[in-house]
Amino acid sequence: MSLLNVHDLTVSFPTSDGVVRAVRGLSFDVEPGKTLGIVGETGSGKSVTALSLLGLNPGADISGSAVFEGRELLAMQPDQLRRIRGAEIAMIFQDPLSSLHPYYRVGWQICEAIRNHSRTTREEAMRQAVELLRMVSIPQPERRVQAYPHELSGGMRQRAMIAMALALRPKLLIADEPTTALDATVQAQLMELLGGMQRELGMAMIVITHDLGLVATVADSVLVMYAGRDAERSDYRTIFRSPHHPYTRGLLASIPGAAGSGGRLVPIVGQPPSLIRIPSGCAFHPRCPFAMDVCVRDQPPLVPVSDGEGHLSACWLPPEVVGVGEGADAARRRFVESRRGPAIAGLRTARAGGGAAHG
Amino acid sequence: MSLSPFEVSSQTFVAEEEQSLEALDASRAIEGRSPLRLAMARLRTDRMAWIAAAMIVLMALLAIVAPLVSTLTGHSPYNPDLVNGTNSFGQPYGPGEGGFILGTDNVGRDILVRVAYGARISLLVGVLATLLATVGGTVLGLVSGYFGGWIDALLARLMDAVLSFPYVLAAIVLAAVFGGSLPLTIGVIAFFSWAAIGRIVRGQTLSQKEKEYVEAARSIGAGSFRIMFVDILPNLVAPVIVLGTLLVPVAIVFEATLDYLGVGVGPPTPTWGNMLADDQGSAGFAAWWFWVIPSIALLITTLGFNLLGDSVRDALDPRTERLFATRRKSAVAGPAAGEPISGEVAAP
Amino acid sequence: MADLAPPPISPAASGPLLQVENVVKHFPIKRGIFFKRQIGKVQAVEGVSLEVRRGETVGLVGETGCGKSTLARCITRLHPLTSGRVVFDGVDISRLSAGQLRPHRRRMQMIFQDPFGSLNPRRRVGSIIGDPLAIHGIADGAERKRRVQELMEVVGLNPEHYNRFPSEFSGGQRQRIGVARALALRPSLIVCDEPVSALDVSVQAQIINLLEDLQGEFALTYVFIAHDLAVVEHVSDRVAVMYLGKIVEMADTAELFGSPHHPYTVALLSASMVADPEKARSSQRVVLHGDVPSPINPPSGCRFHTRCPKAQPLCSVEEPPLTVQAGDPPGHLTACHFPVAPGERLVGAAPEIKAAVAGFAAASPAMGEEGKG
Repeated sequence: MSLLNVHDLTVSFPTSDGVVRAVRGLSFDVEPGKTLGIVGETGSGKSVTALSLLGLNPGADISGSAVFEGRELLAMQPDQLRRIRGAEIAMIFQDPLSSLHPYYRVGWQICEAIRNHSRTTREEAMRQAVELLRMVSIPQPERRVQAYPHELSGGMRQRAMIAMALALRPKLLIADEPTTALDATVQAQLMELLGGMQRELGMAMIVITHDLGLVATVADSVLVMYAGRDAERSDYRTIFRSPHHPYTRGLLASIPGAAGSGGRLVPIVGQPPSLIRIPSGCAFHPRCPFAMDVCVRDQPPLVPVSDGEGHLSACWLPPEVVGVGEGADAARRRFVESRRGPAIAGLRTARAGGGAAHG
Repeated sequence: MSLSPFEVSSQTFVAEEEQSLEALDASRAIEGRSPLRLAMARLRTDRMAWIAAAMIVLMALLAIVAPLVSTLTGHSPYNPDLVNGTNSFGQPYGPGEGGFILGTDNVGRDILVRVAYGARISLLVGVLATLLATVGGTVLGLVSGYFGGWIDALLARLMDAVLSFPYVLAAIVLAAVFGGSLPLTIGVIAFFSWAAIGRIVRGQTLSQKEKEYVEAARSIGAGSFRIMFVDILPNLVAPVIVLGTLLVPVAIVFEATLDYLGVGVGPPTPTWGNMLADDQGSAGFAAWWFWVIPSIALLITTLGFNLLGDSVRDALDPRTERLFATRRKSAVAGPAAGEPISGEVAAP
Repeated sequence: MADLAPPPISPAASGPLLQVENVVKHFPIKRGIFFKRQIGKVQAVEGVSLEVRRGETVGLVGETGCGKSTLARCITRLHPLTSGRVVFDGVDISRLSAGQLRPHRRRMQMIFQDPFGSLNPRRRVGSIIGDPLAIHGIADGAERKRRVQELMEVVGLNPEHYNRFPSEFSGGQRQRIGVARALALRPSLIVCDEPVSALDVSVQAQIINLLEDLQGEFALTYVFIAHDLAVVEHVSDRVAVMYLGKIVEMADTAELFGSPHHPYTVALLSASMVADPEKARSSQRVVLHGDVPSPINPPSGCRFHTRCPKAQPLCSVEEPPLTVQAGDPPGHLTACHFPVAPGERLVGAAPEIKAAVAGFAAASPAMGEEGKG
């Protein structure tokens, strides 16, 4: 039984420049005690997903379903959601200043969080706050508990925020870019802590990040997002060893040290699309070296691909062809050869100005 | 040897990236649109700016055609004319009486003509003094902010001193010593106004100085003056324009004040300030049109500049971009000015 | 403007291109209303020595407060040195005035981290790239424009966008503009301060490849600063690890990543998350205690001793010299009294964190239930 089951989530924002379709039909599951890694770059809609689940996106058009322990989050009233937030589902943000109130002492804020959701005395809550700060490796927690957020360093603020999030032993922790602002050694502390929380308390996690390294380290299952949709979903081993979607394949080839790259890095050309003007058909087609005519016209559905259980990919390429390496690429090229017509030719002539040889 | 599909030469990058770039801003010319030009475009859609501009243009036109007005009506702005300008009781005409559109003053001079000539002085002094103050304040603010150290300590304290000085008293003293005149008035106003601009420019310079592009400029070997005037100054243009526009009405009122006190431009040159003063000691004739009419002229002018200054500030401030979105008739293809062309979107 | 001829390039150069000798950089902290007195100093760089040979890429890694960015700016003389020497191509540039430095600036350039902040938003791109040419009086008018457009092509930008403003480009393109500007004067050395950290993942590779290509094409030498170890490993020939203003270990890339000796290096390497699940999960993560100390008040002796899993009393008293340890190749320098032996396992703060979490979990486990709903 999944802890959280999201189905066909769609989130849009009307803005002065047009409608931003941040999330377009996203589906995923989170099992209790497991970690889901959502990978995406800027403009993939990953942060919006998390915020929408907790009702933190007022003014957005949300549809679809998000069922947490049998309850539909998207249909809840604000006060019901408020009771769930913090106590059952907690969230930590990339910028700790956005969740720590600058005018209140850190200890007080943690106390508030605790006392809002349970009948605890002020002294008891403060004692717990000190223990929490100690747990997140903040030195001299008895002193730090009286500090204001601006008196702490960036890394400590992040950890204070995590302490606040963990205070109520949530069943699910959503971490939005938890490591981006942190030093490597502080990241290590944090990962150790979160791993411990998972083991001891059975806490599930959704880690939203652009860092494939983080995902490789902590995730049990991985969801790769592109332009607001699932591009590929599977368990962590499969994503790295035998990716199907060309975007995943491209990411792995462009990161130093990744499973797919050795020697020269192979970047993905172009840049992520604006969520106001999403390309037709498969949103990745302008950047995809295996694009076919059908990719320009039709959005590929998320279908199972050959090698694993629960390995899904939204791509028109044949499901059997997975993996990195020359063999797989050659197979893809062969498949694509006969399926390119006028739509692709238009893209190609614009691209081929430099004269690189394509398949 | 064919490259693998993901391997592309750097030249193809050009085509690839340009494809998305072109697709996004097909309607934009290759010529980049400077932030100032974009601000002008925004300004054009602002109705209040048009009204304000109209007010200013009205006054400017009046000033320009003042001699023409004098010729057309046949009345001089300087010479008392008790014969034609007063009625049979020796009293000045009100507006609309005796062939005088705006009436006459206590010695029979045509108020319309005098107001027109007064506009010349007010606008000349206002704009010129502001220009001097702006240039001076900008240069000194830049130098003070950029160099820091003792130069900054000196100049900043100087600015504070000038700003706290009782300028009216100083003007009176100077006029007593040198005699009131146009150049003196302009000089006094400019001298007491530059510090306001200098302070703001200094503050802006201090913050721009820390930006990485200044560091980059130093790393390629740019000298201090080049950095100040070629790199930092363009980033200050926006606040300086706003300040300058808003300083003009201050200068105009300052000038009127000096005239009113008798230490500015003296009679017989008509200025709005001394027209207001005429009202005093006019041997019992304190007719309302003596002071209401020049006041209205003053009001229109200062209000015009103030409103224009506000509109200019709104137009230059990219944060009020959303206000203008609703006024745009056609959807602009491409991200709004100031936003990078990338996947990032400012979702609320 | 003074157009001094650039100093002659030493032919058949055997000496290193850049020599940094015991560079110290302190930033004074001043307080006071009218006259500011110095009440302390930030010891950003404390006695760093290193050598950069022609054509190589030296990577500098470290975390916040390690001084790598400050060191970069000392090398390019954007900061005056508190003490020490910087010798660039045989010329001691440590004490030169701004005017004397200018001709040397032609051969030594910098690329900055922030693609948004390092370009003047109010100037057009052509003017930004052409700035070095203008300042050094190399080319004017049409000739300058031609050269700038040539540079734009070299870095992969469309030369027709000469008149655009930086805000009209994406992050990756802006970084290319920065690279073009650095290349304008045909420098020998380019110091890259975190050039890809602020970019999207898929764009980072584009810039890394660009820098590699340019190195070959223009015979460039790089000092490459980054916090991402994977990137540093990919681009560097040699790597120096910095901590609190000092180099703690330096070696050829393969040697450093293969057999690190300094406990900090070991911890740093184990903390870096590689995009390879087998590697990422197999290595024992060494978690360090606490935070990086402030460079205003650094620890005595070996600066790392407060967090070091192997610290002994000697470490808080005596600072270890940066030398070659017994049995190491000559290029591998370590500053440690008790370096990590091959195969040795370090125990960091992980057990304590585990214990703390277990304690937290055990304490009133049902606390969350009461009063809810």
